[in-house]
Amino acid sequence: MSRTTPLSEVHQSLGATLTDFAGWLMPLRYGSESAEHNTVRTAAGLFDLSHMGEIFVTGPQAGEALDYAFTGQLSTLAPGKARYTVICAPDGGVLDDVIVYRLADEEFMVCANASNYPRVAAELTERAGGFEAKVVDRSEECALIAIQGPRAAEILATLTDADLDGLKYYAGLPGIVADVSALIARTGYTGEDGFELFVANDQAVPLWQALTDAGARPAGLSARDTLRLEAGMALYGNELTAEITPFDAGLGRVVKFDKPGDFVGRAALEANPEPRRRLVGLVARGRRVPRHGYPVVDASGAVVGEVTSGAPSQSLGKPIAMAYVRPEVSENDHLAVDIRGTHEPVDVVDLPFYRRKK
Amino acid sequence: MSTIPSELSYTKEHEWVAGLDDGLTVTVGITEFAAEALGDVVYVQVPDVGGTVTAGDAVGEVESTKSVSDIYSPVSGEVVETNQSVVDDPSLVNSDPYGEGWLFRVRIDGDPSDLLTAEEYGALTAGE
Repeated sequence: MSRTTPLSEVHQSLGATLTDFAGWLMPLRYGSESAEHNTVRTAAGLFDLSHMGEIFVTGPQAGEALDYAFTGQLSTLAPGKARYTVICAPDGGVLDDVIVYRLADEEFMVCANASNYPRVAAELTERAGGFEAKVVDRSEECALIAIQGPRAAEILATLTDADLDGLKYYAGLPGIVADVSALIARTGYTGEDGFELFVANDQAVPLWQALTDAGARPAGLSARDTLRLEAGMALYGNELTAEITPFDAGLGRVVKFDKPGDFVGRAALEANPEPRRRLVGLVARGRRVPRHGYPVVDASGAVVGEVTSGAPSQSLGKPIAMAYVRPEVSENDHLAVDIRGTHEPVDVVDLPFYRRKK
Repeated sequence: MSTIPSELSYTKEHEWVAGLDDGLTVTVGITEFAAEALGDVVYVQVPDVGGTVTAGDAVGEVESTKSVSDIYSPVSGEVVETNQSVVDDPSLVNSDPYGEGWLFRVRIDGDPSDLLTAEEYGALTAGE
């Protein structure tokens, strides 16, 4: 039996096609997923992300505990700012990718993936053991609604007095939105401007209602997946797994070897800084879609990699994919994807596939 | 609740067949139930005109944002026409699955068997 979010009845009343995602019953799409995708690219879409985890780390040494637990240096984060980082196993494999928000000098919030947050909470509790820091998993009490798209700021501004102009990308501040007390964060997973609103469970329905009344349109996980793929963002379980290091995934920038002190995974990552594979973007020349798990082959037909995510791209008008290939594979190689037995030619491109106009 | 026109025949794999009453040539498509389950269709591959198809064989594919499915021929015979409009604009499968979204026509060879009536297909999909 899948778990439900505080917004599940709203999704059902909207006629959403529901799907199990990481043990949660979530809206896949409300109508046409292509239309939902385009709404986020041109106006504003609304996502229920209440399945994600919120883990609070507090205390005088909360920052130091997070520096030990994650690859990034969170102790230097200014209050009100956020940072993308990863949590590794001792062998350097990625256990989750998260956003850490510093809410106050001694208070941080870790936003973790739905499939991983119980593990992340357990790891953080253990890793914080030697520090003056307390870890509390508040995922069960906390709902998350994202408004994403070029009209997100304009729509949100009609519902709050918070200083949205002063709120920069990867920053967050507490505020009142439509009479609801929220943490307003300027973060997202779509490649567009937008906000993520963390609220108490019992406030999710009125907030969702106010945002749709103000002009945001519900969008499901199918659109979310194609939006993040176009933006070249990794999805845990596809591009990131416990067998992948941050270097493999092209996330070397989030590994801070120069920070003081040890962190879990440091020794293994320092010993193996060379990526064992390379994450690349692929654009199909034909119309068939390379999908998760399909082999990538070279001109001779030899397998040189595997697709991690693939979908038809609205923005490019062609199928796109991310894939891990052998490190020596170059843009000039004539690659193809084995799509159910037929080798369909693809071009290797730089990520992201889509970048919004500033 | 999706539409299931009573005058058509159906397969368990969610194809529909029209024109059986008239004799030789039938039209094949996929049902509204299947189109709704797939989501937005982005790619349709139909069999080649002039080729022969056998009932139950995978003869093409229909691909949406999230998934891909084989198209199974409901009948045996020769493919005499394919719908270039649906190849050019696969969204016709979603907008008009029993009309503009038809896929191919077959000059049938022998009597088709194992097809479902609208009532039987409705019972099959009611539980899904």
